[in-house]
Amino acid sequence: MNPIDTLLVANRGEIARRIFRTCREMGISTVAVYSDADASASYVTEADQAVRLPGSTAAETYLRSDLIVSAALRVGADAVHPGYGFLSEQAAFARACIAAGVTFVGPSAGAIEAMGSKLAAKALMAEAGVPLLPGADVTGLDDDAVRALADGIGYPLLVKASAGGGGRGMRTVAGPADLPEAVASAQREAAAAFGDATVFVERLLVDPRHIEVQVLGDRHGTVVSLFERECSIQRRYQKIIEESPSPAVSEPLRRQMGRTAVAAAAAVGYVGAGTVEFVMDSDGQYYFLEMNTRLQVEHPVTELVTGLDLVRMQLLLAQGEPMPTEASAAVISGHAVEARLYAENPRDQFLPQTGTVDTFEFDPILGLRVDSGVEAGSVISPYYDPMVAKVIAWAPTRSEALSRLSGALSRARIHGPVTNRDLLVGILRDPEFRAGQTDTGFLTRHSPGELGLPLGPDSEKLHVAAATLALAMRKRAAATVQETIPTGWRNNASQRQTVTWQVQDSAHRVAYVFVRGVVRLGVDDEDLAGVVLHGVGPDRVDLEVEGVRRTYQVVIHGDSDHCTAHVDSPLGYCRLTREPRISLTEAAASPGSLTAPMPGTVVRVAVATGDAVVQGQPLLVLEAMKMEHTVTTAHDGVVRVVAARVGDVVDGGDLLAVIDRHDDLAEAG
Amino acid sequence: MHVLNDRVDRQAEGFQRNRAELLRDLAEIEDLLATTLTGGGEKYVERHRQRGKMLARERIELLLDEDASFLELMPFAAWGTEFTVGASLVTGIGVIEGVEVMVIAHDPTVRGGTLNPHSFKKVFRAMEIAKENRLPIVTLVESGGADLPTQAEVAIPGGRIFRDLIDHSAAAVPTVALVFGNATAGGAYLPGLSDYVVMVRDRAKVFLGGPPLVKMATGEESDDESLGGADMHARRSGLADYLAEDEADAIRIGRQIVRRMNWRKLGPGPTELPEEPLYPADDLLGIPSADAKIPFDPREVLARIIDGSRFDEFKPLYGSSLVTGWASVHGYPIGLLANARGVLLSEEAEKATQFIQLANQVDTPLLFLQNTTGFIVGRAYEEGGIIKDGAKMINAVTNSRVPHLTVNMGVSYGAGNYGMCGRAFGPRFLFSWPNSKTAVMGPQQLAGVMSIVAKQSAADRGLPFDEEGDARMRAAVQSQIEREQTALANSARVYDDGIIDPRDTRTVLGICLSVIHNAEIRGQRGYGVFRM
Repeated sequence: MNPIDTLLVANRGEIARRIFRTCREMGISTVAVYSDADASASYVTEADQAVRLPGSTAAETYLRSDLIVSAALRVGADAVHPGYGFLSEQAAFARACIAAGVTFVGPSAGAIEAMGSKLAAKALMAEAGVPLLPGADVTGLDDDAVRALADGIGYPLLVKASAGGGGRGMRTVAGPADLPEAVASAQREAAAAFGDATVFVERLLVDPRHIEVQVLGDRHGTVVSLFERECSIQRRYQKIIEESPSPAVSEPLRRQMGRTAVAAAAAVGYVGAGTVEFVMDSDGQYYFLEMNTRLQVEHPVTELVTGLDLVRMQLLLAQGEPMPTEASAAVISGHAVEARLYAENPRDQFLPQTGTVDTFEFDPILGLRVDSGVEAGSVISPYYDPMVAKVIAWAPTRSEALSRLSGALSRARIHGPVTNRDLLVGILRDPEFRAGQTDTGFLTRHSPGELGLPLGPDSEKLHVAAATLALAMRKRAAATVQETIPTGWRNNASQRQTVTWQVQDSAHRVAYVFVRGVVRLGVDDEDLAGVVLHGVGPDRVDLEVEGVRRTYQVVIHGDSDHCTAHVDSPLGYCRLTREPRISLTEAAASPGSLTAPMPGTVVRVAVATGDAVVQGQPLLVLEAMKMEHTVTTAHDGVVRVVAARVGDVVDGGDLLAVIDRHDDLAEAG
Repeated sequence: MHVLNDRVDRQAEGFQRNRAELLRDLAEIEDLLATTLTGGGEKYVERHRQRGKMLARERIELLLDEDASFLELMPFAAWGTEFTVGASLVTGIGVIEGVEVMVIAHDPTVRGGTLNPHSFKKVFRAMEIAKENRLPIVTLVESGGADLPTQAEVAIPGGRIFRDLIDHSAAAVPTVALVFGNATAGGAYLPGLSDYVVMVRDRAKVFLGGPPLVKMATGEESDDESLGGADMHARRSGLADYLAEDEADAIRIGRQIVRRMNWRKLGPGPTELPEEPLYPADDLLGIPSADAKIPFDPREVLARIIDGSRFDEFKPLYGSSLVTGWASVHGYPIGLLANARGVLLSEEAEKATQFIQLANQVDTPLLFLQNTTGFIVGRAYEEGGIIKDGAKMINAVTNSRVPHLTVNMGVSYGAGNYGMCGRAFGPRFLFSWPNSKTAVMGPQQLAGVMSIVAKQSAADRGLPFDEEGDARMRAAVQSQIEREQTALANSARVYDDGIIDPRDTRTVLGICLSVIHNAEIRGQRGYGVFRM
């Protein structure tokens, strides 16, 4: 027995807060570590003590095993919880903790290593009788050898990083032609993300289900299954909706998968919480995918259906206690579903978004749990995973749980960077999803852009109209003369006042006029019919249009002339940006200029000044929030300027390169 | 503190008739206003737009603070003349960056924005308002200068614009010229004498003499741009302080200039609760009599104009044909003088005299609500010294130093117009309701007087009196006066600052009171208040 009095969480954000919560309940003192970018994050102030990790990138901070171990020693922590991601599956880190006399809340370094190498794990699992997909290691092989191996396995196949996880270092390959580039880029990404370029190829099941089993092991050889989670709704191999139980798993299958998972864990002498992941085809045949030797992001759904606190279980098991009876006797009760709220734009290739979260509010509803790393005022930085929160709902039945979650998400007030909220709501309300047809191809069959359409065009019009009225009141409230004179009063009205709003990719122009207390409203040159303004203030508009009265909550930030407005109503949410009344006339950017589409780090520059380039040719690669974005040229030409070097950290809009068109050159010549 | 009651019977036949007639008058006014929006007509508007230019009102709208007011002044100037209604200018008071500003914009779609005698009347009045109320002036310049066929009427007096501009600047009230187009010859002094000058690139044209004149004078070959382009003035002559890339940019710079004026109003801010009146403004359509012979209770009007309908009447039992008392509008305290039964007797004149002095003693602006047929006539009244008493009232109005506002709600005849602060007595603002009338006396009375005089004259000379001719004369005179006494006819001559919808009275007064408070509010001092 090695009791834990002080726990350091070697992680950040949502999971750090989640672990601290259990610690407080258990009377354990908490320690946070934080990078410079996280200096004002909520989890840092919530911890009893915190230790700074200088720098902002993950490599400088949360991946620095040495700094974290010394932090633990400095504050006298007797245990370290790695959370998920970062060092959670690094055997060396587990080993370093133990060497320093600090308990590592997780399995042994040996178990991590055994499961960490996907290739080695597969061999081990084969021995334990766990079903596997055909695959092969391609490390160090030349293209021809890789191709030969791949031909043996058959297409389509998947290139995966042996040390990978979370979809990083993973590529799908449809046929032999794409293979070399896929292997190369997976190796590059794997090397950058995990420091290990080992990749392997594996038979790809087309649109399988992703089903995983939660296991717990104690130090006395007991391993139990806490049933499955279905995590098939993914985008770019990143799970976004998870639930338990799976609508595709029958009770006999559940028992069978549980036994398989327990066997898999037992094969590596697993201690603590872990997850055995399977892919399952439509016939219910399942194959071992990998084992995650840590607490999963989606662990709350298991907690809600079993009533267990998995972090508590982890801490008890790490102290050497035998498997608690509530774990070995656990049963599934009701249904839980989790949605991961990301600051990303599903309508623009899921590009991560950064910025300040201005409002973050969920109605308090029974059966709803929000595990969030942010609150109003938090900043989403470009350095880490853009997950904002996990929203989890429990209900007696799946259908009720889905409704509860979609309702809560749609009514939530989340203002700031674009999120995938509307997509999540769209998925949860989709008939196919509701029918339980949830394989990994779901978001290929359904366009995320359409499914996550924030508002219909008509609703958008109502929202811009409401925002305009609220803005007018805001301006009136700020007036320093004639404060009580009616808004926009004219004795010879020549035109309506206009405000143009940018909504996602479109613009709406609202024209309005107040005449003796009655408002006339037009959006995009079309008058709204049956407009009755029942009440209006700078933050609330009670507006009736065509016989339907709704209240719009409006939050406006910034200077009224170029403000951002967040509008929530029963129709949904949208974020509006005002186009300034008078745009500054500026010198136009030189033609052919390529600017950074987002903040990030330049990881590769593929061209040099003077190079001839053709349309679509990659010029450089930008890494932002762990994803690579290739910047290509929109037209043929010659590289005149390369303004970025490898390693440069650029802001969105920064100039990266200038390409002269051939016709420009001809003119100049 | 007394709250006025509502005694209006909205179902009464008279109320309904008044309302119908007033709505008809308003429709006429609205139609006329609508025509002012098209400036010189569709063809010229279209041509102007094709040049990528904004209309005068579009420029103004972009210049003003969003959602703030714009009180357009004298929109009916030149109505009924050969010139376009509005006199090729748009002028009014708006709010720019929280500063109340007099805006004067040339309308280049009307004969190239050239200024005729009516335009000058309008500009002079606008500048007078700016001067009295201490308002910065922003001129949106695009004018071909004086209307040459009327040069005899305008060239010499027109110089006053420039003198006024300099006076304004010297009084520490800034002047700004945004030059969108032509400002040549004499017009060049408009930017030349403004404190801040913004010129639009490739559009502004500011020179004393154009290329043909230069060629004639000195033989020099030149072009518009080198003689008076914005770029030249910004880089070489220094006449332009700011070079704007386009019209919107000029307006942006104009707003920036006003923002940096560090403007402070000198009058006290609103001090009373600016509550809405208790009764609907809509009633103001039915309260004023369509028939000038039927008086109406001005308290019913007050109850729909003043804050919370709160009115503390002064001397209610004395001289009851004139209502006097204290109230506030949009939080600004005011003293009120309103005609109750048209005629002014000695008591009313004395009561007014005393009340005006009281307002001066405590620096409270005065509002005159006119509905007066004039001072009483008749032997007994002459014997009673009605001239002396009327003179006291006119004297008090003349020497009063607090700001005056005047609204003609009904009729304003004879010396009653003087006593009730008509145009000649320099109210800061004077507005008319659409049905109101202003003349020396009523048309019937005037025709009758002329008839009696003619008859007397014929009798004196022993000539036969031509009854038929007299009837024709009476009819002709009556109809002439009827035409001349209307609000529109008076507004066309710039005898008021505009015709307003009675329902807007509270708003207009609120704006005016706020505007007035840019200058110091200080009454006449010297004697104590004379008891009357």
